[in-house]
Amino acid sequence: MNHNPYIETDFTDHPIDTGLNRRDFIKVTGGGIILFFTIGDLSVLAQEGRAGGRAGGRGLPTDFNAFLKIGEDGRVACYTGKIEMGQGIVTGLAQEIADELDVPLDAVDMVMGDTDLCPFDGGTFGSLSTRSFGPALRAAGAEARQVLLELASENLKTPAERLATDNGFVFDKENRQNRVSYAQLAKGKKIERHATGKVAVKKPAEFKIMTRPVTRRDALEKVTGKAKFAGDIQFPDMVYAKILRPPAHDAKLTDVDVSEAEKVKGVQVIKEGDLIAVLHKLPDVAEMALAKIKVKYDRPQSDLDDKNIFDHLVKAAPEGRTSAKDGDLQKGESDAKTVVESTYLDGYKAHAPIEPHTAVAKIDGNKVTIWASTQTPFPAQQEVARALGVPAGDVRVMPIFVGGGFGGKTRNLQVVEAARLAKLSGKPVRVAWTRKEEFFYDSFRPAAVVKIKSGVTDKGRISFWDYHVYFAGDRGAAQFYSIPNHSTTSHGGGFGGGPSAHPFATGAWRAPGNNTNTFARESQIDIMAAKAGMDPLEFRMQNLTDEKMRRVLKAAADKFGWQPAKARSGKGQGIACGIDAGTWVATIAEVEVNKTTGNVKVNRVVCAQDMGLAVNPEAAAIQMEGCVTMGLGYALREHIRFKGKELFDLNFDTYEIPRFSWVPKIETIIIDNKDSAPQGGGEPAIITMGGALANAIYDAIGIRLFQLPLSPERIKEAAKKA
Amino acid sequence: MEETVQFTLNGKPTKLTVDSDRKLLWVLRTDLGLMGTKYGCGESFCGACTVLVNNEAVRSCQTIVKSVRGKEVVTIEGLAKDGALHPLQKAFMDNDALQCGYCTPGMIMNAYALLRKNPRPSPSQIVEGMEDNLCRCGAHNRIVRAIQAAAKEMQGGK
Repeated sequence: MNHNPYIETDFTDHPIDTGLNRRDFIKVTGGGIILFFTIGDLSVLAQEGRAGGRAGGRGLPTDFNAFLKIGEDGRVACYTGKIEMGQGIVTGLAQEIADELDVPLDAVDMVMGDTDLCPFDGGTFGSLSTRSFGPALRAAGAEARQVLLELASENLKTPAERLATDNGFVFDKENRQNRVSYAQLAKGKKIERHATGKVAVKKPAEFKIMTRPVTRRDALEKVTGKAKFAGDIQFPDMVYAKILRPPAHDAKLTDVDVSEAEKVKGVQVIKEGDLIAVLHKLPDVAEMALAKIKVKYDRPQSDLDDKNIFDHLVKAAPEGRTSAKDGDLQKGESDAKTVVESTYLDGYKAHAPIEPHTAVAKIDGNKVTIWASTQTPFPAQQEVARALGVPAGDVRVMPIFVGGGFGGKTRNLQVVEAARLAKLSGKPVRVAWTRKEEFFYDSFRPAAVVKIKSGVTDKGRISFWDYHVYFAGDRGAAQFYSIPNHSTTSHGGGFGGGPSAHPFATGAWRAPGNNTNTFARESQIDIMAAKAGMDPLEFRMQNLTDEKMRRVLKAAADKFGWQPAKARSGKGQGIACGIDAGTWVATIAEVEVNKTTGNVKVNRVVCAQDMGLAVNPEAAAIQMEGCVTMGLGYALREHIRFKGKELFDLNFDTYEIPRFSWVPKIETIIIDNKDSAPQGGGEPAIITMGGALANAIYDAIGIRLFQLPLSPERIKEAAKKA
Repeated sequence: MEETVQFTLNGKPTKLTVDSDRKLLWVLRTDLGLMGTKYGCGESFCGACTVLVNNEAVRSCQTIVKSVRGKEVVTIEGLAKDGALHPLQKAFMDNDALQCGYCTPGMIMNAYALLRKNPRPSPSQIVEGMEDNLCRCGAHNRIVRAIQAAAKEMQGGK
């Protein structure tokens, strides 16, 4: 593979060439009323700073792009470059468009991630779909409704002001019988409109579908086994590819003998540069043949392992960049009665979606078609075009269900492999990574170090805060407490960090960086509360002027029934709070700790968040539950062990992800704030889990752990020393 | 060794000539074209490939084809009868007991076997019975609720 594993996955854009013009689009989609958008025109988005420039590089499209179509059958098609990977936007975005257009929810079809049909999109990550794409979609819906009113005015010979819309009809407010359906209005028409950006979206009081809880729209396919993931696309002449992999990262192939593999009936062995693959119409036969290849490798010189990595990172870190600063740290230190200096460590974590990276590539003449498990179909299109030396317009990445992403399905290595092998073999090719490949080629959440020196006065006020983060990045690093003297500095990037930093690829992992930063900050806050002899909630409230944070803390504490007590209370209760993707979140956990086994049983988690408008409160609550559950993993068990660029955790036997018995009772609270713009929902709640559990463990048994995961081994070891 | 293997698949007699040491998962997905059964880990740690063999939940990634000779195999595709969803499928939908949906077929098949053995499981018995089926999205609590709801439905709502 020629791919640079140290790519900075900051999701910046590649030059785009979709190759599909407006005529082609209409040809593909047929007649009806089509709304084209030039996002630059959308004053509503411009005001909120959401047109372009989000998530690095290019934001929403600035050239023409179809966002939605009202078909001749009255159905509404919504086109979005976003993909569905379980987070539920297939439902939430449809709710937005249905509400703005006054059609039933089931009249909306979502067309997602198809690079031939959908507006360019940098990728589905960063909890951006609802907060960034959603407003643009709603604006398109409002505009389309306006077009329908104008058409109906002609059709019904009634002034537009007298008309209203409901349930897929435009009707005369003075005579409801005088009405026309959207289907009738669209029939036989090919109307292209360009949005003006001047039509107002609905106000919360007018919502009929948004803010109502709705169950998933894709569940029927998923419970019957009919949902097609990339691995479920079949062609009669398709072959499965199994690719030769090194035993360690950066190991160099010195000798290879494929003769035994070639003897297997029906096998084709492909060698092109460093790409050596075995192709067969059956995946298990391909795998068996791959095992017959004899190889020798030179292993890389690297003494790094999962224990010494932290010292290495601090040494390898570049000069820091200060992102927040105020007051005078020295003065703050002299005002402090107690100074606390701590170092927090966080190891590498895998994304471990249950669906491994998979792609199918099929080449017909000039046209390359790809089905892939990817969070980034448009960048995948560009990468395939580059690898094959064809125009991007000849590459179509097709929409498909994605079996979990969590930030890990963004590099598209498997997509490029499938495309190269399809070209070399002349057949449709499926590359479906094994679990071992999935772990080996993951872009891990980076190991990181946080050093904090802070102090508290005799009145329980935080007087200074000096924060240095190494390789977790800025996200969630800035503290939000009311501290007169503070400084926050990050050393090294949050995702990549450059070749000298990490021994293998790293990248975005659900709420990148923020899990590490929030674990460190909230642990330090609790240590100071204990030094000040104060209840951790009271200590936070005393040092917080941020009203939103006070509100979510109070909401969580009320629901939990928090009884003030200074740690260690023996009750095993821990708090953490933080901000991610524009959402404010507070979590309270209750644990039992077995000092002999080191086992932590989480009994209850209460999580409150303020995410502005919650379009689908059901889906938002499910994301919070998912965050809490997934967060148990990184907080308590998950970490990658390695030495000399070889990984030792390559399946679920030793890489332990949360199981049914781990999951506590989870109670979620979404603060009613529907008049504010929608914020992120897929990531925020997960950031609090490390801190809340570390604080709860301390409250239970008086043991403070400074390293994630808070594993049984670490607890036992600390208990022995205590 | 290539030989003819006969078994019942989703209620229908099935006969195929195949290397009988191949894993059931791949035979289902390739020779028989049933894509609902998923590969997750290949070593029986995750349960995404769970199917029923004579009403027992098995990991099809570790089951060789000749071991199902003469037996009844049921996959997720065979659960709905005459277009009517099985109560478990319906309960997973009603309870939003899935997100990405990739582990879902294995979850439902494992739950099916669980309910056959114990039609009225307590929540802790459900947790115990589902423990080795992995979900990364975090739908666990809703899956437990869905199985409870399905159990109730299968008992005639009692």
